Amino acid sequence: MGREMTNQKPQSEMSYTVEQLVSVNPYNPDILPDLENYVNEQVSSQTYSSNANLCLLRLYQFETERMSTQIVARILIKALMAMPAPDFSLCLFLIPERVQILKMRTEWVLVLWKGRGMTIGMQMEDQFKTLIVLSHYLETARFRQFWDEAAKSRHILEVVPGFEQAIQAYAIHVLSITYQKVPRSVLAEAINIEGLVLDKFIEHHITNSGWSIEKNQNKGQLIIFPHNEFNDPELKKSAADGIPLENITRILPILG
Amino acid sequence: MAGAVPYDSEQSAHGDSASGYDPNYVPDSVKSFVVHMYRQIREKNVYEIHQMYETSFQSISDRFFKDVPWPSVDAVATYVDNDHVFCLLYREMWFRHLYARLSPTLKQRIDSWDNYCNLFQVVLHGVVNMQLPNQWLWDMVDEFVYQFQSFCQYRAKMKNKTEQEIALLRQYDQAWNVYGVLNYLQALVEKSSIIQILEQEKEGLEQFTATDGYDYSGGSNVLKVLGYFSMIGLLRVHCLLGDYHTGLKCILPIDITQQGVYTSVIGSHITTIYHYGFANLMLRKYTEAIREFNKILLYIFKTKQYHQKSPQYEQILKKNEQMYALLAVTLSLCPQLKLVEETVNSQLREKYGEKMLRMQRFDDEAFALYDELFSYACPKFITPSAPSYDEPLVNYNQDAYRLQLKLFLYEVKQQQLLSGIRTFLNVYSTISLAKLASYMEVDEHTLRTVLMTYKHKMHSVNSDGKIVSNMDTNFYIDDDMVHVVESKAPKKYGDYFMRQIVKLEGIMTDIDRIKLE
Repeated sequence: MGREMTNQKPQSEMSYTVEQLVSVNPYNPDILPDLENYVNEQVSSQTYSSNANLCLLRLYQFETERMSTQIVARILIKALMAMPAPDFSLCLFLIPERVQILKMRTEWVLVLWKGRGMTIGMQMEDQFKTLIVLSHYLETARFRQFWDEAAKSRHILEVVPGFEQAIQAYAIHVLSITYQKVPRSVLAEAINIEGLVLDKFIEHHITNSGWSIEKNQNKGQLIIFPHNEFNDPELKKSAADGIPLENITRILPILG
Repeated sequence: MAGAVPYDSEQSAHGDSASGYDPNYVPDSVKSFVVHMYRQIREKNVYEIHQMYETSFQSISDRFFKDVPWPSVDAVATYVDNDHVFCLLYREMWFRHLYARLSPTLKQRIDSWDNYCNLFQVVLHGVVNMQLPNQWLWDMVDEFVYQFQSFCQYRAKMKNKTEQEIALLRQYDQAWNVYGVLNYLQALVEKSSIIQILEQEKEGLEQFTATDGYDYSGGSNVLKVLGYFSMIGLLRVHCLLGDYHTGLKCILPIDITQQGVYTSVIGSHITTIYHYGFANLMLRKYTEAIREFNKILLYIFKTKQYHQKSPQYEQILKKNEQMYALLAVTLSLCPQLKLVEETVNSQLREKYGEKMLRMQRFDDEAFALYDELFSYACPKFITPSAPSYDEPLVNYNQDAYRLQLKLFLYEVKQQQLLSGIRTFLNVYSTISLAKLASYMEVDEHTLRTVLMTYKHKMHSVNSDGKIVSNMDTNFYIDDDMVHVVESKAPKKYGDYFMRQIVKLEGIMTDIDRIKLE
């Protein structure tokens, strides 16, 4: 496959097998351990499979005693990273409330019993709540509050590499469908980058993503996104007048 | 079982002194019913089977079995050569009648599950050689899912369960087990190869939709059509579990923008679109939901008069009302009024006009209305896991519904400020952020987040991962100015020309034909 990493091949074999399982035999309690391993693999290899994770949440729903809070937390973080796709909501639809509460209390009690103290116990309970709050901030584009809360919850989020970059990509997506030209300060707040690092970031996108810059009246910097059908009405009109090829094929025999 | 009435061969069951239901007593009309039905099935007379199934069964039920079950299968088996498959079919009708008119006991629920297992296994083994009417095949799948839903609701009401019932539940833990239900539906889909058949049909290599699923070359339609309807069954089960994404995936092979076997039975048509629309609503694909609800509501409006005598009439009316409620909710979140046809719109105004105005205010009263309409129109969500019989016995049958409601209202709350934005965007073509912020009584920073929320919420991600716009009023921001875009419906010249080309071709073909005669 032309990859330098030696353990890459067995990993991609695993993902192939799991995807097969999910599409051919999804309603099967025996695949639960495979799906759990797959979640951990997605985390470590920075890949994502929404279908497999939903399948696992479904199995947890059928047999609530087998649910692992830790795995679910990882799935939820991965789902946040998939925004703007509604994966986080999809996951919440499948997690029964009373199980959340019961599970968390049990684990909290277990942790205390093992003498590790209150702080870790509280972390377990707050995990889902924190993730829901983070999702809320992202859904309502409250980026400043999001990054503040994310900083406080670093211990929950750092288990999943690539989190920051994924959220930054989402932020840019929302900005680019809303703005043709956005002030630098708005961009900075949305992606939580400032100063020289931001300059480098913008330069990178000028080269690779078609961004450009200009100055506005207040001598502040404006970032100009490439025009797409969402921030430019002219483009939308031409997209809407297109006819799918299949429809044309219907009349080809007549025209011919 | 509720009530027991005495009857003898010539009387209809109107007496009120209980002398017990006799499962072995077979009135003459039942005897001739099963004998005829058995013969029609053997001779594959689909039309006659349909008449007997839909009309005769109902009228005999109304006359003799208003609130008692039909005679037991053992009593009628002798009249039909003890045919194994016919007995399974008879029992299927027997249980369906029981659920409709009476309250099944736990033992009866378990027995019905066994019957479905036996019936589906026979079909899956491919030994069935019958042609059955689509109405019946749809009813089998529909009833199967309904009894599953009913069982989950029943099981979740633990509070008043007797020791006996709990013991039975523990013993028969396989009955109506969620894995079993899903796997049977999945097996029917797979064994029938229905997905491949539909694929090949697009390329003209197979005939399925054209014959309404019936087999005119001497074979059987049962496995194929059950497989087809099972896809819709899976959509329904996944919606009951709150898994909307997977539900929609299950009916992807069916093109709901076209006629198909699913439209050959009104019940299946309505069930498909109801769940499709509901799933799209929960996934924020508002435009898609509006489009499909609009189409089906128009269809029901035009055709419901033809179903007045059918046993499904009440169900049709109920689903009709529920879909108007869902449409009202969807339009309040995404006011794409131009997608709604005139007839449907006027019905909608009549039923929900005032409520929709209040819902778009997004105040406390509005949330109460969203709650009310959602609760009225949503599917009967279920908790699929078995209860722990050791814990204190409580009723938790409402849990699944409460979760979905909570998440839905949460979504509505996040869209609270969007309605205000819409009002101003409809009035201005350009407006500065500062001015708009002062009108909306928020600061500029908040306004920016609200405008971005608007954009985010009104776009959805389709199955290919592409972003799709649901925007009614479009806008973009240039530094600190909001530019509003008038969304005129684009003139579909392409479509118009194509339709006229096809029409002309049709006329020319007709004229040619006249010349030849």
